[in-house]
Amino acid sequence: MKSCLIVDDSKVVRMVARKILHELNFETLEAADGSAALDICKKQIPDAVLLDWNMPVMDGIEFLRALRKLPGGSASIVVFCTTENDIDHIQTAIEAGANEYIMKPFDSEIIQAKFQQVGLL
Amino acid sequence: MKPDDFDLVCRLVKDRSGLILTRDKAYLLESRLMPVARRRGMKGLDELVGAIRGKGDEALLREVTEAMTTNESFFFRDIKPFEVFRQTILPRLISAREGKRTFRIWCAACSSGQEPYSLAMILKEEAARLSGWRQEILGTDISTEILAKAKAGAYSQFEVQRGLPIQLLLKYFKKKDDVWQIDPALKSMVQYREFNLLHDLKALGQFEVVYCRNVLIYFDQPTKSRVLEQISRLLQPDGVLFLGGAETVLGISDKFKPVPTQRGVYCLAGATQSLAG
Repeated sequence: MKSCLIVDDSKVVRMVARKILHELNFETLEAADGSAALDICKKQIPDAVLLDWNMPVMDGIEFLRALRKLPGGSASIVVFCTTENDIDHIQTAIEAGANEYIMKPFDSEIIQAKFQQVGLL
Repeated sequence: MKPDDFDLVCRLVKDRSGLILTRDKAYLLESRLMPVARRRGMKGLDELVGAIRGKGDEALLREVTEAMTTNESFFFRDIKPFEVFRQTILPRLISAREGKRTFRIWCAACSSGQEPYSLAMILKEEAARLSGWRQEILGTDISTEILAKAKAGAYSQFEVQRGLPIQLLLKYFKKKDDVWQIDPALKSMVQYREFNLLHDLKALGQFEVVYCRNVLIYFDQPTKSRVLEQISRLLQPDGVLFLGGAETVLGISDKFKPVPTQRGVYCLAGATQSLAG
């Protein structure tokens, strides 16, 4: 079973994402900000990260850059999942090492399609 | 809707488009025809059915038929048929047509254009190998309304997220307000034409590749068989046909045979070699 770390400061979004990912047969981990997510990754690099952009303490981009510097951190497939939906943000995320990008609102179909594209399914 | 009225609409839609509507789809019929009635200032479905019965209003009959077509489509739908095209068909096509340097692809029932545009993106990504080639992608559909959307090449955030890799979104789309507009160069690679699959397909010419995915499922057996027969006549001898994952030619047509190891890909029954291997 593959693991996916859900990083989002919204409890509701984490719950929805968790439900969808369980249906897709993922084991899930959760963090409410980038810093907490980085602590998890230091112990275990997840197969995938579903990542929000705007969060307190450490935002998604900062987390992503830090993750990519961790030993084994480049192997994790990172899918941004954010309300930021302009080309500049998407470009910045890709340059920082994101593999895919979901613009909120999302549903199970979008998550499934995106995870399929990056070879997670 | 009364059983007689339901049967009347079913017959109309079947005669004009081949689509089969079963009784369990009565809710669909009502939900899709109510907007047609409203647009025409009618009080309800009874009045609409009355007008259909009158048979004089060709535009109305057409509108009703179009309203019943399913326009579910997304970019790189199911991924696999596009990977097969990129990895297997296209390299073989380039080698097999090296002399003529031309090929044609047909997306039958292309709906809002995501399928032909997905193929256009694949060809654009391979532009270096196709320099000087004449490539044609034709998208046809029975619905003028959905073809207008395809021609516009403008998609919502929801639509561009269904199957389109983010790198391709960045490369081939521009965002204007809430709409993602496809690149004009990509748009110009696809020609659209209104066409009914029940009509004589000869006028469309010959094709190397035909995508007719998730269309036959809406037809009855004789219609499926007739459409497949027609497609077989406009496919080049080494051409390939893509059907949807839930579709098959087995027991319906002896004009095609499945390509081993490539699910959903078919070549002509008599072909000794095809672009799919």
